[in-house]
Amino acid sequence: MILDAKIPAGPLAEKWGKHKFNLKLVNPANKRKYDVIVVGTGLAGASAAASLAELGYNVKAFCFQDSPRRAHSIAAQGGINAAKNYRNDGDSVYRLFYDTIKGGDYRAREGNVYRLAEVSVNIIDQCVAQGVPFAREYGGLLDTRSFGGAQVSRTFYARGQTGQQLLLGAYSALNRQIHLGKVKMYTRTEMLDVVVADGKAQGIITRNLKSGAIETHTGHAVLLCTGGYGNVFYLSTNAMGCNVTAAWRAHKRGAFFANPCYTQIHPTCIPVSGDHQSKLTLMSESLRNDGRVWAPKTVEVAQKLRKGELKVTDLKEEDRDYFLERKYPSFGNLVPRDVASRNAKEAVDEGKGVGASGVAVFLDFADAIARLGEDEVRARYGNLFDMYAQITDENPYKTPMRIYPAVHYTMGGLWVDYNLQTTIPGLYCLGEANFSDHGANRLGASALMQGLSDGYFVIPYTLGDYLATIGPKPVDASNPAFAKTKQDVEERIAKLLSLRGTKTVDEYHRELGLIMWEYCGMARTAEGLTKAKGLIHALKEDFWKNAIVLGVNEEFNSSLEKAGRVADFIELGELMVDDALMRSESCGGHFRVESQTEEGEALRDDDNFAFVAAWEYAGENQPEVLNKEALVYENVKLTQRSYK
Amino acid sequence: MSGNMNLTLKVWRQPNSETPGKLVTYKAESISPDMSFLEMLDVVNESLIHKGEDPIHFDHDCREGICGMCSLYINGQPHGPKRAITTCQLHMRSFHDGQTITIEPWRASAFPVVKDLATDRSAFDRIQQAGGYVSVNTGGVPDANEIAIPKVIADEAFNSATCIGCGACVAACKNASAMLFVSAKISQFALLPQGQPERYRRAQSMVAQMDEEGFGSCTNTGACEAECPKEISLVNIGRMNNDYLSAKLFRQEEIAHHQE
Ligand SMILES: Cc1cc2nc3c(=O)[nH]c(=O)nc-3n(C[C@H](O)[C@H](O)[C@H](O)COP(=O)(O)OP(=O)(O)OC[C@H]3O[C@@H](n4cnc5c(N)ncnc54)[C@H](O)[C@@H]3O)c2cc1C
Ligand code: SF4
Ligand code: FES
Repeated sequence: MILDAKIPAGPLAEKWGKHKFNLKLVNPANKRKYDVIVVGTGLAGASAAASLAELGYNVKAFCFQDSPRRAHSIAAQGGINAAKNYRNDGDSVYRLFYDTIKGGDYRAREGNVYRLAEVSVNIIDQCVAQGVPFAREYGGLLDTRSFGGAQVSRTFYARGQTGQQLLLGAYSALNRQIHLGKVKMYTRTEMLDVVVADGKAQGIITRNLKSGAIETHTGHAVLLCTGGYGNVFYLSTNAMGCNVTAAWRAHKRGAFFANPCYTQIHPTCIPVSGDHQSKLTLMSESLRNDGRVWAPKTVEVAQKLRKGELKVTDLKEEDRDYFLERKYPSFGNLVPRDVASRNAKEAVDEGKGVGASGVAVFLDFADAIARLGEDEVRARYGNLFDMYAQITDENPYKTPMRIYPAVHYTMGGLWVDYNLQTTIPGLYCLGEANFSDHGANRLGASALMQGLSDGYFVIPYTLGDYLATIGPKPVDASNPAFAKTKQDVEERIAKLLSLRGTKTVDEYHRELGLIMWEYCGMARTAEGLTKAKGLIHALKEDFWKNAIVLGVNEEFNSSLEKAGRVADFIELGELMVDDALMRSESCGGHFRVESQTEEGEALRDDDNFAFVAAWEYAGENQPEVLNKEALVYENVKLTQRSYK
Repeated sequence: MSGNMNLTLKVWRQPNSETPGKLVTYKAESISPDMSFLEMLDVVNESLIHKGEDPIHFDHDCREGICGMCSLYINGQPHGPKRAITTCQLHMRSFHDGQTITIEPWRASAFPVVKDLATDRSAFDRIQQAGGYVSVNTGGVPDANEIAIPKVIADEAFNSATCIGCGACVAACKNASAMLFVSAKISQFALLPQGQPERYRRAQSMVAQMDEEGFGSCTNTGACEAECPKEISLVNIGRMNNDYLSAKLFRQEEIAHHQE
């Protein structure tokens, strides 16, 4: 299949404007004749559902939580980028575009990223108009902060809870449309499959999580806004419910899955403390504005610290290695996430790690407290410090925090074209669930931007083009594809419920996670990946024989819910490993040990890998087929990324 | 850090809203003080599943104290014994070896039990649907910095906006009043310039919906504020009452007209 990304021709700055003009419009009187299904009500889904309903479409929205307000977007801490240049520090749409392309290590589409930078400005306006309480300065105007990978201050924030406030904004817009009857909201409802009838997405099959009812919903188009799949690693910063099921089911129905191995590892998380852990907690990147990252200079000092023979606060300056400031003088502690993560791993691998496990480095605020005073540090980061104290039982105002990288965000996802349409006509994918815009590593504060850009400012235009083409005649629910897909879902549930083995689903999930982290995490080798492939395959076979899934379908059944999700994660894991194995270059957060510069930085191979890998499902136990979308750079020159 | 603990749990089990529930006793063994309360329940659930027994159902998602999904009455207190945190942020080091812990769902008629420890808090959504928003469509809004807001006011609105919608305030209140939650929402918008045009109408319709959902009335005992994980202040309730009264006294006609 030839992948057509439909990126408009012409100069970068004119692409989106021209494209909007060329898209077909739906006559206002006809809009109410169209039904649109939106799965997921995080930033991407809630903003899309609200905006489409405002235009006049009938929207049905779904989420598995008890309220749309609890989507995982709520957890985002640090901030959202926008090229407002309110600070007069040289920011512009082009600079945000450039930083993002570079931060993505030249593995994202120019056209998409430029559009993202362009509409970033409108996002802030939109949110403020909704009453989102962004941080402000004494003059009453909006405040900004700096984030990794940028030398301008363009990150808008709302204390340490930017995601919460942005989501509540989108949720309130959604609520307004629910009140007006233009959105019908289905909570505690999980989408389990997409119905492809006559080659077009025309509906979904859902399970009511309370009653187990399996239901069919029809729509003229289906939007998947179901978030990322970081939980394939079991331990990640993601919420417990994050999963890949919707995207994976769509993949099996014909939607290509792009760049699955692109995972973003976040450098500042609270380290793993024991086997009981169910998730990892992120400490916002904004902490690196004032916190200094260091490890002991020598293995001996590190050992003494670990044994408690030395107190960290007694350690002399000359025994500390502020490795980011030393190696990257111009960006210092604000290097991008992949660079900061890799350097922390290196320190730990050399035996210089700290904490009881030895798998951590320090994030130190002593200098900031001396310079600004404890009160100011508290005002800036208080809630994060409290959270750290809560989890670790240590006081970060007195001793430095311990941090270590953790899986955070997934840049792979369903392949979409410039209109956000997948390879299945009528099936769209928005937000973290798609692969678009970020490439191999994304910089902080751009996922929120992308979710809202997709939902508020892209899909309302591009969806109309498709709907105008198919016309407003009602969806024919008697098409046999509906009954067949529903039957498939029911059979799969029955099969899961028949598993009465000896291992819990969580045990499988944890095992999968360890394999993925060890072999397909921060550093990968061909050898390790080949090994992982075998291990995951064996795990999959074992799962379908030996898992325990209790209870029945007709009740609230968390065993069943988890089982379906873990089964999908296992299959995704296989594809991630295949993708990582194929991509024998390093780029961004994806580091192939075989491909590095003399200084140990990620070494891209533009001649062979300047493409999007879009995988096509080829049937049960068949190897997936690799399709390539060439990445064409007309405006930026591909260079070795350097943050020195 | 102390060693691992053995605990006795008395857990509310209730298959669904129609069937009556009861407390069932379980042992939680070898619990590390570093576990969160929910991770302790995960461990218990793993052992139940191994024995072929139905795991304890409870609501949770982010486990970072921000989504508001976790709940639980722990030894009679919403979100457990520590102030200003959610259940997912409560760690087992707050308990001691040999302790008995009683775990129950939120109790309020407006929050019916769904299963075991999970309740239905959708009444909160409906209250917000009744008017908890600024009516602005996507696009066509002014530049963000055209709306200047004094920092003190912005900060105060922000304090109200930090409510995570967990419902602990309702659970803590002997009247099962939702005043703290609703007033936080109303205050956020009432303090900001963007919220002014619909200010009184909003107060009236949200309060009306709150009453319709069957929440009790507020008798100013302050239990809500004491148990709120986000330390939402009672001051909000005063603000809400003011707006509600203003709406009633001066604007009823206009509002009624608007709602037609
Ligand atoms: C701790 C943390 C901090 C972060 N901080 C930042 C930050 O500071 N800045 C930034 O830019 N980004 C940040 N991110 C990333 C950002 O939050 C996410 O990428 C973004 O919010 C994803 O939004 P979304 O709308 O795509 O998906 P989500 O918010 O994850 O929403 C997914 C939705 O899909 C629903 N869903 C999923 N599967 C199904 C199904 N099968 N059936 C029905 N419904 C389903 C869910 O119910 C939910 O409503 C952070 C992420 C984490 C984990
Ligand atoms: S006011 Fe406090 S207790 Fe009540 S819902 Fe909001 S955060 Fe929870
Ligand atoms: S699980 Fe999200 S607040 Fe506790």
